[in-house]
Amino acid sequence: MELSINGRTHRVEADPEMPLLWVLRDLIGLTGTKYGCGIAACGACTVHVDGVAERACQLPVGDLEGARIVTVEGLGTPGALHAVQAAWVAHQVAQCGYCQSGQIMQAAALLADTPDPTDAEIDAAMSGNLCRCGTYPRIRAAIHDAAARLRGA
Amino acid sequence: MSRAGRIARRSFLVAAASVAGGAAFGYWQYRRDPANPLAAGEGEAVFNPWVVVRADGVTVITPRAEMGQGAQTTLAALVAEEMDLGWDQVRAEHGPAAAAYYNGFLGEAGLPFPDYADKSAMQEAAQDFFGAVAKLTGLQVTGGSSSVRDGFDRMRAAGATARAMLVRAAADRLGIDAASLKTEAGAVIAPDGSAITYGDLATEAAALDPPRDVAPKPRADWRLLGHDLPRLDMAAKATGTAGFGIDVRLPGMVHAAVRANPVLGAEIERFDAAEAKAMPGVHKVLDIGGAVAVIAADTWTAMRAAESIAITSAPAPYPEDTEAIFAKIAAAFGEAPNDTLRNDGGGADALTGEVIEAEYRVPYLAHACMEPMNATALLDGGQLTIWTGNQAPTLIRDRAAGLAGLDRDNVTVVTPFLGGGFGRRGEFDAAIQAVKIAMAVPGTPVKLTWSREEDMRHDFYRPAAIARMAGVMGRDTPEAFSARIAAPSVNRAASRRILGFAPPGPDRLLTEGAFDQPYHIPHHHVAGHIADVDVPVGFWRSVGNSHNAFFNECFLDELAQSKGLDPVAMRLRMLAAEHAPSAAVMERAAQMAGWGRPRPAGRALGAAFCYSFGSPVAQIVEVADEDGRIRIARVWAAVDVGTALDRRNIEAQVVSGIVYGLSAAVMGEITFAGGEVEQFNFPDYDGLRMHQMPAVEVAVLEANATMGGVGEIGTPPAAPALANAVFALTGKRVRTLPLWHHVDFV
Repeated sequence: MELSINGRTHRVEADPEMPLLWVLRDLIGLTGTKYGCGIAACGACTVHVDGVAERACQLPVGDLEGARIVTVEGLGTPGALHAVQAAWVAHQVAQCGYCQSGQIMQAAALLADTPDPTDAEIDAAMSGNLCRCGTYPRIRAAIHDAAARLRGA
Repeated sequence: MSRAGRIARRSFLVAAASVAGGAAFGYWQYRRDPANPLAAGEGEAVFNPWVVVRADGVTVITPRAEMGQGAQTTLAALVAEEMDLGWDQVRAEHGPAAAAYYNGFLGEAGLPFPDYADKSAMQEAAQDFFGAVAKLTGLQVTGGSSSVRDGFDRMRAAGATARAMLVRAAADRLGIDAASLKTEAGAVIAPDGSAITYGDLATEAAALDPPRDVAPKPRADWRLLGHDLPRLDMAAKATGTAGFGIDVRLPGMVHAAVRANPVLGAEIERFDAAEAKAMPGVHKVLDIGGAVAVIAADTWTAMRAAESIAITSAPAPYPEDTEAIFAKIAAAFGEAPNDTLRNDGGGADALTGEVIEAEYRVPYLAHACMEPMNATALLDGGQLTIWTGNQAPTLIRDRAAGLAGLDRDNVTVVTPFLGGGFGRRGEFDAAIQAVKIAMAVPGTPVKLTWSREEDMRHDFYRPAAIARMAGVMGRDTPEAFSARIAAPSVNRAASRRILGFAPPGPDRLLTEGAFDQPYHIPHHHVAGHIADVDVPVGFWRSVGNSHNAFFNECFLDELAQSKGLDPVAMRLRMLAAEHAPSAAVMERAAQMAGWGRPRPAGRALGAAFCYSFGSPVAQIVEVADEDGRIRIARVWAAVDVGTALDRRNIEAQVVSGIVYGLSAAVMGEITFAGGEVEQFNFPDYDGLRMHQMPAVEVAVLEANATMGGVGEIGTPPAAPALANAVFALTGKRVRTLPLWHHVDFV
């Protein structure tokens, strides 16, 4: 089947039931999207499907032909950071960093819908993303900062 | 990339035995520097085990693993400071498993002395001895909040020595006096202002004899240390390009998953893998002892196949359900204590008159790192390579070498980033499983990834513990205070795993956080009772402090309240008499929180203190009643780390420790039924989420006489401060964790 990922077309041979998460990680080699729980309980595998934040561990790849998939690698790169990623760096958010791909993808989707979120809106959007290092205060600060960056851009 | 060169290494056990058997040999070995394990690659010059210079900058080889605590950045900064590098010229890599990277600080963690006190000659001698043992045995461990304390002198010496060699090389080349040269931004500056870059000088400089008498810079000259530095791993972690163990990809790699016996430590009597074997994409099913492994074309297939395997287990080597386990822990009180590390003023004998008593309990806890356990292994032509995020590479190397029947020089351990450690990745279970699987498919790299369920149900748990507390109040402080603590021993369990036996003697970890606290109490008794329960237990962020601070600090509040005393004022009197920096953090936290001032209706504060890993920490938690549910609204923390090298990172670590502690206090528990862990995934064992996160303020003080640890110190006071706040708000004294069995949270 053909998948559109980060603006490129990838041809993959996979069981249509295989979750997008494992297609990305094992078959295509895009390992920025993380496995954390496999049951949509931690948010580490969050990607954008047609602009909406989704848990890649719950998306059978067979349903995704024709969808526009964006992973953290497609959001920005170390040399060309997305505003959310730039805010993450400015606020020194990450500790172990394992959940941060998912946090960043969730935050980017939030800001696309809600350009100036309140703290309550951040709580509502981000509470599905678990961080065992407890980086939440800096995530919150970085989201507000990214909102300002995006509005200014 | 493997940097492991060839060095002659003695096995851990042989070397340890040599120390015990012959002091002269031990002394000789200790005086020698362990060999440099690095081999220079193309365009590189290796100065010592920590410094590699390239044309475009300097790579610092950090002896400790980056698992979120920011240690790699600070360790690199110690070298960069002494070399006068620009921060953008610095890169960091994990070192290979090698004796040169021994952790000389860790031995202290086992010593039965409170470390806030002035050091006695005996204590100094014991610390020197354990430092020597660590060097001799090459034990390379990231843990005990020791990375920066261990690296502070050695990393600066490594940088200063390399700088001196570069200056010497420039002086030789220019034919002028080295004293006339300066260094700046990765270059040697001649008196005429012309610069020669380190890259240009590297090859000739690295060939010089390293000087032995280089002094580190005085603190007044620091340009990097003491400042908030951008973490070296931040951009990679914000873009999904940081490589964790689980991200390793090799040509021809196959994927594996395991189904381990859900009855921990028991034999598998038989298993049925018919369904697994029939799944398309499954290559092999292997009995690897205690677990069944599946090799498949992809991780999804391997995990589904592993999950389908039915295991019939021998009986559990421990009582089958939680209540029976607690009964066995309680039975340890019927035996003489293993040790009594505090027994001032007649200790428990002074418990006469109006004695207040209480029993506290805490459950088993999982580490629940965000990155599930995983390891990749390749056995090829007598060489074994293991890629795994780990806190103890030399242990993995040695254990893997024994298993594969290889000399350990033929085993390479590569350490990518760790997606959380918290003590869990000091174990070698997943790495050894990967090696066993790789031995079944020589020449083919195999990546083993545990499912979240495997990870949750096969941890080395923070042990459950019971405390029997008793106290007698004096006029405004406790006159007598006794803590008897019963729990399975992490120390003994880990020693058995690592050494094959459990050394006798005191078990500091069992009562740390209680016996070693800087409280003045005339009659002070702390005893540890080791409970013989064979549930696998291990090092969980702050170890014994994690339960003992809860027991100690909640009971201190109970004693204060029995006399209508302010619990912070009482603590201040007790701390001031014993250790001024500890009193100062308590005072500072109280000030930040506005302790003693009236709070709005429906809000209340709780306080707690713990001296752990060389740092005193005080916390005040504010809780708020939200329609009958409790919100953890705010936390104020004051910590004294002696010398603060990077305040922004210290703040992050203290907040992190607090969240870890609060998560466990509110909702963390591992329970057993039928010998199996009852929790499977995050819905059963969660952590605080964004909407539950309090606002946290951290003050970092530097009055303590020695540098303290950072990574674990936020955790111990969090649970008791919260429980004390819950009492202040609701009048309910909760003595059993997690709290959510007793009160509702937002």
